[in-house]
Amino acid sequence: MSYIIQGDTGDWEVIVGLEVHAQVSSQAKLFSGSPTAFGAGPNSQVSLIDAAMPGMLPVINGYCIEQAVKTGLGLNAKINKTSVFERKNYFYADLPQGYQISQYLHPVVGEGIVTVDLADGTTRDIGVERLHMEQDAGKSMHDQDPKRSFIDLNRAGVCLMEIVTKPDIRSPEEAGAFVRKLRSILRYLGTCDGNMEQGSMRADVNVSVRKVGEEGYRTRAEIKNVNSVRFIMQAIEIEAERQVDIHESGGEIVQETRLMDPVKGETRSMRAKEFAHDYRYFPDPDLLPLELTDAFIEGLRKTLPELPDAKKQRFMDDMGLSAKDASALVADRESAEYFEAVAAASDPKKAANWVTNDLFGALNKAGLAIADSPISAAHLSKLLGLMDDGTISGKIAKDVFEIMWETSGDPEQIVEDKGLKQITDTGAIEAAVDAAIASNPEQADEIRQGNDKAIGWFVGQIMKATQGKANPQQVNQLLREKLKG
Amino acid sequence: MSKLNELTIAQAADGLDKGEFSAVDLAEASLAAAEAAKGLNAFITLTPEVARDRAAASDARRAKNGALGPLDGVPVAVKDLFCTEGVPTTAASHILDGFTPTYESTVGRNLIDAGAVMIGKTNLDEFAMGSSNMTSYYGPVKNPWTGPGGEDLVPGGSSGGSATAVAARICAGSLGTDTGGSIRQPASLCGIVGMKPTYGRCSRWGIVAFASSLDQAGPFARTVEDAAILLGAMAGHDPKDSTSAPHDVPDFRAAVQGGVKGLKVGIPREYTMDGMPAEIQTLWDRGADWLKSQGAEIKEVSLPHTKYALPAYYIVAPAEASSNLARYDGVRYGLRVDGDTLDDMYANTRGEGFGAEVRRRVLIGTYVLSAGYYDAYYVKAQKVRTRILEDFTKAFDDVDVLLTPTAPNAAFAIGAKMDDPIAMYLNDVFTVPANLAGLPGISVPAGLDKDGLPLGLQLVGRPFDEETVLRAAQAIEDAAGFDALPKYLGGQG
Amino acid sequence: MSLDKNDVRRVAFLARIKVDEADLEPVAQDLNNIIGWVEQLAEVDTDGVEPMTGAAGMVMTRRDDVVTDGGDPEKVLSNAPDRVGDFYTVPKVVE
Repeated sequence: MSYIIQGDTGDWEVIVGLEVHAQVSSQAKLFSGSPTAFGAGPNSQVSLIDAAMPGMLPVINGYCIEQAVKTGLGLNAKINKTSVFERKNYFYADLPQGYQISQYLHPVVGEGIVTVDLADGTTRDIGVERLHMEQDAGKSMHDQDPKRSFIDLNRAGVCLMEIVTKPDIRSPEEAGAFVRKLRSILRYLGTCDGNMEQGSMRADVNVSVRKVGEEGYRTRAEIKNVNSVRFIMQAIEIEAERQVDIHESGGEIVQETRLMDPVKGETRSMRAKEFAHDYRYFPDPDLLPLELTDAFIEGLRKTLPELPDAKKQRFMDDMGLSAKDASALVADRESAEYFEAVAAASDPKKAANWVTNDLFGALNKAGLAIADSPISAAHLSKLLGLMDDGTISGKIAKDVFEIMWETSGDPEQIVEDKGLKQITDTGAIEAAVDAAIASNPEQADEIRQGNDKAIGWFVGQIMKATQGKANPQQVNQLLREKLKG
Repeated sequence: MSKLNELTIAQAADGLDKGEFSAVDLAEASLAAAEAAKGLNAFITLTPEVARDRAAASDARRAKNGALGPLDGVPVAVKDLFCTEGVPTTAASHILDGFTPTYESTVGRNLIDAGAVMIGKTNLDEFAMGSSNMTSYYGPVKNPWTGPGGEDLVPGGSSGGSATAVAARICAGSLGTDTGGSIRQPASLCGIVGMKPTYGRCSRWGIVAFASSLDQAGPFARTVEDAAILLGAMAGHDPKDSTSAPHDVPDFRAAVQGGVKGLKVGIPREYTMDGMPAEIQTLWDRGADWLKSQGAEIKEVSLPHTKYALPAYYIVAPAEASSNLARYDGVRYGLRVDGDTLDDMYANTRGEGFGAEVRRRVLIGTYVLSAGYYDAYYVKAQKVRTRILEDFTKAFDDVDVLLTPTAPNAAFAIGAKMDDPIAMYLNDVFTVPANLAGLPGISVPAGLDKDGLPLGLQLVGRPFDEETVLRAAQAIEDAAGFDALPKYLGGQG
Repeated sequence: MSLDKNDVRRVAFLARIKVDEADLEPVAQDLNNIIGWVEQLAEVDTDGVEPMTGAAGMVMTRRDDVVTDGGDPEKVLSNAPDRVGDFYTVPKVVE
């Protein structure tokens, strides 16, 4: 599905590359032992190292290295056995050292691939250029004092993974799908909690446009620090339109950093300083090159969980699920685990139907995550079992589902308490059929004369009379025997 | 018996063991000597309370459980580049005005754990950038040795205060740091022993950083044995420093007595300089003879890239410094000079807070790392550094230790060379190569020049082979019998 | 390569060191003196030579992921020249 901007001079396409910053889910910071938890009091999670006191030295957190390598493996990427931490030198209020320790020429992870699922059921491969580790900066607060900005270094030194894509993305939808897929992979791996509201994941969005059919790239702009999938997609739309307008009115795009203003629905230039960008990268002399052994890498590979793409394929191949259902179920790890628990004792396709339609529908309506579902996987599995063994009908099952949603109750107990068991006693059904025929002689005659359509009407009457508990197949069969036999 | 402040560490330890005097007695003698020597300006901060507390604690400890070791109760001075918990730390810079660390450097902690008694923080070149102690915000240090016309001389730098404190017999030992010669050169100019161990031997944690890949802490003392005792207490692996070597600390004091019989000593032919005083060449030759007469084998070796060490150093060290000193920004500690904008505040603070030499080096370092120049300067210098290391590695295939002069000149007048930075930088021409290659080096006083000023000889060894360096140094010390005293102590020089 | 006034202005800005307009020229001369001297390194053949990094033969040690620090704002704020509560401050930044 191509995304085309129709300009006055012709059709334009958009070229997008993303730099996603994902916070590693570690207890302590990348180079210091202070905590990473969200929401603590100002400067209460700051060590002497984070505050860049004189003489302080960084020592790397081994867990962060493992998470970066695991993520690289999850992105089908090349792991570089030697990588180097460099200093990115610049002055800013929230950067106490006057440099950020990052990786530049030699990142820990090289090229990889992420396959994204699009709304029309197709997939696209987006190239990953690299993944590197770096320190997060602190926070400046500008609205607490008329003359000063306040600085909180709690985030300073938290480990980020910066994941850079190739300029392979061609639409806002693809960008959104990439970020969702990446978040899903990170969550499967457990390397980042993917929580965009708390800033655990955010993206810099590089956007340029070109005429359809044109070779090469035009100048791009970078929209910094966009913190939701929706805003990322919106930023691309807005920025692409802005650039098309400029190109078509004969202007030039300036290579610059811009900020997204979701309220005004525009991007605006950040104040660019003269000589602002000269980061003077050089290898950090306080650290040694990061050397990884094959045994280390292969040991981590063994710990990888089944990732969404493999899981989706298995759901399709082994369980016969549709691509659409399989995609929906693997989108996050909890859903997939829930589904597998339900499907374990039941027909997988039926389980998929109930999970994707009934359960997801109810969760969406209530705005709940699967982890907060009032219906446990064990209970839903039991409900499907009650249908499978004929204890209740599909119709009754829907009613039981409603009660389970309200009460979190056990379906067996609900069926028992409310007397919802299907009537399988032939005598009781026969009595109901006889009663119906007796009280509706005209309709019975029609059937005897060969109008089969009326059978359905009779079934309905009998189901109503039995409050849905009669087995409809049995009713149907008895009616035919008695009226046409 | 000599005055308590004139004892060596070994003598002081012996006297304490025998109960001839207490640690408090030693501390009081050192504090009094420091007071009397105020004119030398060797100290930025004296710490009499700390000294008296630690000395009393040492005496109590000794009475109860015996001494911790030879440093227990011995007064030492600490270069004011080591962060000291609760004691102001300045790096001799205006920009650290009012800074009192809430932490103790690892080396400082190791000395406290060994029972040493800090009497004060010594003066230095600002941020350890200098070879004369002239760049200190707190004014120059006077060498206890004086010129032939009675003129005041520099003690060398950057650890000029620590060298002066030991040379003036204020205390028996002191701590310095050596990035390009900042221990060995002042040791030579002050007539004492100064040692830079192998890079990674002593933790850098808590020492104000100048150039991270070159900085090493080390001891000053009046004897090789004392230097070995101090180094033994300072050294050791520190998990808080990623560049700290995970090696056990050998018994350096025992190594000193090993002798040089059969030792192969290299004489690098490139360590002669145009205009170098003849006495230095003579002393160097004499040093080789001393070692030979004690059973060492003397071999000429070649270190062909020696002349490029100093220019490589003056790219690498300023580059690292420009980044290491970025944290002095008026926000979290030290001086703040206000400005209308954030950038103005930074520029004002750093413009006023840094002295001329620091500003010069930060600007050079920034320039050589900047876009378009990085490969031509910084990467090139790091490649030359590899060449220099290769030279040493090759030489150490043939010899066990190298013997060179420490500095190309004796102490010079305060104020000299200040208008010619390169002439000043040349002071470190013989010491810088060991820093670039990370090797251990020591300067031992070996004689006097024609003006009666001390000159040192340098020994450089293989990585983590301080023991051989110390053995050879002891042999020089034994042969030289250096006992001249500076005029400050009633001597001739 | 030699620096002119504009280079000094740029480098001084990057380093955030105030250099008065009148001093740009003398500072440029001073720096050129040193830069010209270090350029003798160009004489050294460094083809195929790796730049020196880190201490030779050492492996970088790694910490365990345990919280061992933080929780003491006073320890990092006590030296701040212009603190407000538990915040550091800087002149107001307009983004």
